[in-house]
Amino acid sequence: MNSKKFEVAAYPKMWEGLGMDVARFDKARQMLGEVYDKLFLSQTERPRKMAYFDAMIAEIFGGRIKEILAVKKSAKPVVGTFCVYIPEEIVVAAGGVCIGLCGGSPGSIPDAEKILPRNICPMVKSAYGFKAGRICPYFQVVDFVYGETTCDAKKKTWELLDRLVPTHVMEIPQMKRARDRALWLEEVKDFKAKVEDICGSEISEDNLAGAIRLINRKRLALQRLTKLRANIPAPISGKDALLIEQIAFYDEPERFAAKVNELCDELAERVEAGRGVAGPESPRIMVSGTPMALPNWKIHNLLESAGAVVVNEESCIGTRYFKDVIDENGGSMAEQLANLTDRYMRIDCSCFTPNDERVEQVLREYRQSKAQGILHYSLQFCHTYNIEEIKIREACEREAIPYLSIETDYSAEDTGQLQTRIEAFLEQIGD
Amino acid sequence: MAIGIDLGSRTIKLAVIRDGEIVDQQLTESGFDPYSQAREMLKRYGAAKIVATGYGRHLAHEHFADEVITEIKAHALGARYFFPFCRTVVDIGGQDSKVIGLDKKGRVSNFQMNDKCAAGTGRFLEIMAASLGFSLNDFGAAALKSKTEVMINSMCTVFAESEVISMKNRGIPTVDIARGVHHSVVNRLAAMLERLGYDEEIVFSGGVARNPCIGHMLQKCLGERARIISPPDPDLMGAIGAALHGSR
Ligand code: SF4
Ligand code: SF4
Repeated sequence: MNSKKFEVAAYPKMWEGLGMDVARFDKARQMLGEVYDKLFLSQTERPRKMAYFDAMIAEIFGGRIKEILAVKKSAKPVVGTFCVYIPEEIVVAAGGVCIGLCGGSPGSIPDAEKILPRNICPMVKSAYGFKAGRICPYFQVVDFVYGETTCDAKKKTWELLDRLVPTHVMEIPQMKRARDRALWLEEVKDFKAKVEDICGSEISEDNLAGAIRLINRKRLALQRLTKLRANIPAPISGKDALLIEQIAFYDEPERFAAKVNELCDELAERVEAGRGVAGPESPRIMVSGTPMALPNWKIHNLLESAGAVVVNEESCIGTRYFKDVIDENGGSMAEQLANLTDRYMRIDCSCFTPNDERVEQVLREYRQSKAQGILHYSLQFCHTYNIEEIKIREACEREAIPYLSIETDYSAEDTGQLQTRIEAFLEQIGD
Repeated sequence: MAIGIDLGSRTIKLAVIRDGEIVDQQLTESGFDPYSQAREMLKRYGAAKIVATGYGRHLAHEHFADEVITEIKAHALGARYFFPFCRTVVDIGGQDSKVIGLDKKGRVSNFQMNDKCAAGTGRFLEIMAASLGFSLNDFGAAALKSKTEVMINSMCTVFAESEVISMKNRGIPTVDIARGVHHSVVNRLAAMLERLGYDEEIVFSGGVARNPCIGHMLQKCLGERARIISPPDPDLMGAIGAALHGSR
């Protein structure tokens, strides 16, 4: 398998057409290929069906962009989002493409820091930098960006991002009372109107129902994957599972769901045969906290290099994205939109107050995944997760769950430190 | 027989345990080539199980060590050897500072470690000592002489250093500034202790435990709530802990 070196395919012509900084981007492309080769393809006991996801990385800047451009040509909307609160079902119902644009790379941060303050969340800086530096084809291909008012860093960055790409903002309330839901529903309707505006036609009830079923299938496939990871030994590495959760944000949903299910079939066979990626003595760790956007594999890599296996991500690029599905029994447009809003209100992001459901959810996932410890991950300067961490820690103390909290950014300078802390955490579980 | 070797950022420490007794120990500067240095230190012993800890532990594992454990576990084991009932260990080494909580059986139950920056570590004291013109060994004793204390506000080593230099230029006595530097380290430590919780007996280990001012000020800061105690050679605790792990 390793006879040919892995490479992310280059499409300089197309990139030029998208107005990208091709020379610079090509370096990033090469680096991504090298890192991927080292972190992913070197793993042993990898499921065969990971081949599809490897190909999705190889074609991340090419093949998939071509597909999206084809959709765009047929006057369908291509929408970029930064948060799992923006209902992708609506975009899909209009025949369009919805892409998660969160940034997980340190490479674009210097571009952002030319304008943005340094001491804000690296995810926001990374994303903004991708647009400012013209080094992300997804950013170049979207018709518009739909942001939200979840955290301050994002909310205020939209005002600046709007100068580079049309950016609309959905008001997400901060509490979950009846009046907040009413506001939210109105915001969902506005979003629908905006999407309809681009394609020049209305979304029909049937179209929305179909989109709801499709995205439900995608979420159910990911749920199935999560359940399989609960087996001992784990049939798939945490790195690979995280990768799939990341790809969920830019792949075509129908095909993606099918491919995840194919992989799950293979994993089920492994479970049957008692085969896994790590010995049964490997500590099983659940990661909880802020999202890890592609290509942020820092914590999973440290954990698994130290001999652990990650079995769950309680995160937006993780279970928070797929733990709930939409009720499919809505008939009228009004009913469907109401059901959709209800599902989205169940997402337990720390931007809400109070948010005690999340503490419960963390404990539930800990038990379900048969983890032996929880690593709380918070991006630097993410106030809501950083503060909510206190409640998670207290809950873990109460339940005697081994717990480690890490706050970090995308840079490599704290790797040695983190390695020591992670190894000590694993020793603590092993002793 | 088991050998523990602690490859730190500044020094390499080694301890040999036979039948539960420490029979030999060494400490040398890491120098430019810590790996050869470690080899040199190991030369005089026959076959033994070698357990490595400290920043260079993985490198040691590649070349000669049979096993590795983290500094956190090593210091916990070392502390228990001298103080069999202790539940809290503070360790300040060259690159980091840690507070370690132990359960009844002496296993690590939780810990806190300083983040990225060097503030609150041995390295921080070293840089400040140099810019004030003290040798690292005299730094603590000098600070103890001061009666008036000045406040260092910066948390970051780079900013703290320029703060210290500007104080010096304003004519503030160096012993007073030294005292302020120590104070800032102790404040950080105390905050970590409060966060993690601590027992009434706190074992202070690591190279910085040799600095008399840090222990003194930490004791003053905690008052009646805890007693700070140190083993005879606090900087060897990691190596001793590693050797103990090997002899288990
Ligand atoms: S963490 Fe919160 S703000 Fe960020 S993507 Fe998730 S739901 Fe949205
Ligand atoms: S991780 Fe936190 S600070 Fe960063 S975008 Fe999400 S909610 Fe905002």
